[in-house]
Amino acid sequence: MIEFLKRMFGQSGSSSTAKERLRLVLMSDHLSLAPELVEQLKIDLVEVISRYVEVDRTKIEVSFEQQDSALAMLANIPILAVNRPKVEAAAPAAASLPAAHASVAGDDPNAPASAALPRRKRRKKPASKAVTVT
Amino acid sequence: MHELKAESPVVLTQPAPTLGRAIVVTSGKGGVGKTTTTANLGTALAQRGAKVALIDADVGLRNLDILLGLENRVRYHLLDVLEERVTLDDALVTDKHSPTLFLLAAAQSREKDEVDMEKMRAVVAELRTKFDYVLIDSPAGIERGFQNAVIGAKEAIVVCTPEVSAVRDVDRVVGLLGSAFRPQLIVNRLRPLLVRKGKMLSVDDVNAILRLPLLGVIADEPEIIVSTNRGEPLALRSEGATANAYRAIAARLAGDDVAAPMVEAKESLFGRLGSFFGGRR
Ligand SMILES: Nc1ncnc2c1ncn2[C@@H]1O[C@H](COP(=O)(O)OP(=O)(O)OP(=O)(O)O)[C@@H](O)[C@H]1O
Ligand SMILES: [Mg+2]
Repeated sequence: MIEFLKRMFGQSGSSSTAKERLRLVLMSDHLSLAPELVEQLKIDLVEVISRYVEVDRTKIEVSFEQQDSALAMLANIPILAVNRPKVEAAAPAAASLPAAHASVAGDDPNAPASAALPRRKRRKKPASKAVTVT
Repeated sequence: MHELKAESPVVLTQPAPTLGRAIVVTSGKGGVGKTTTTANLGTALAQRGAKVALIDADVGLRNLDILLGLENRVRYHLLDVLEERVTLDDALVTDKHSPTLFLLAAAQSREKDEVDMEKMRAVVAELRTKFDYVLIDSPAGIERGFQNAVIGAKEAIVVCTPEVSAVRDVDRVVGLLGSAFRPQLIVNRLRPLLVRKGKMLSVDDVNAILRLPLLGVIADEPEIIVSTNRGEPLALRSEGATANAYRAIAARLAGDDVAAPMVEAKESLFGRLGSFFGGRR
């Protein structure tokens, strides 16, 4: 009964919609008003990803997109080569990559992986693959 | 112009011992109540005995004179002063109701980009030597007109209505102003019943985003239209919640330790019914 009355008299409310829209729009406003921040993010992103794969630094695209109830970051990063193999074939990629990295911490990210994993030859892929992070 | 001077001999000849405060009233978005706020705050400050100069910086869209009921007294305007055709004393119009309140009107038939910004800065600086407060009514937008309004100011009051677009624009303006202006917030046109029904952003919702010192909240007030019709700011009235709210904001601006005026919903029948049933469950 009280729920019905409350609904009748509008407690469902559009102000929560307003709040949510405002939150999202301001996030994208702040990002678009801070291009240096996005540039730095790109640089850091490349640095991290380069520990695992060789990427084409000239073709990196980072954008932000409002998707329903969230702001998503879309990063398009062409991969030129995979520096080192997964440690365990069965493990999910995200879990195994840091493990592979742990053994070469401090290495030049662009250096061939052969120093750390001598028996593996660095594989060079001719075509670039893209990673999309959301 | 000599009559105008004669009306204000004391205020204009005695420099204030310290420099007055130059405060720009701005919002980004149009129509949220900058001019209404400037007229009422100026009135409330003057009613406290402060010497107040109001500058209408909305060049091309003059409004402040209308709200104060001074449209027939304006002879010269901001650009006449900036372009040195007349002196400040010539152009300042004394308010009808508050003898320590003065208006420097905008030029109606000129463009914003005709304002020489360095001269504008100098005029505000000169006013600060003669008045306790210089309130600058900014036009909407963040372009040239806004910059003209801001250039001489040292502080900012941002006016925001509880709407998504207004909050977004204030957020932008605050970003442009930076912390140097120590912007303070007035939430205008709040409708407490709508807030309670969840149909309007609350003051907390607005300020969770803006995070500004809150000067106070002004209700959506039907009497504002009456006061605009008459050219008598609401702050002149000795009673009424909105007039009191403007006085409280003026007091806070002046540094008095009073609470920020808020706007509470008067209990409606259904609201009481709701809490009655709700309380028993
Ligand atoms: N608290 C209020 N309650 C009701 N009406 C209001 C209130 N404040 C302002 N208004 C009305 O809103 C309209 C716009 O107000 P005002 O001219 O002060 O806004 P503004 O921000 O100066 O606009 P502009 O950007 O065009 O300069 C006017 O009709 C005014 O009477
Ligand atoms: Mg205005």
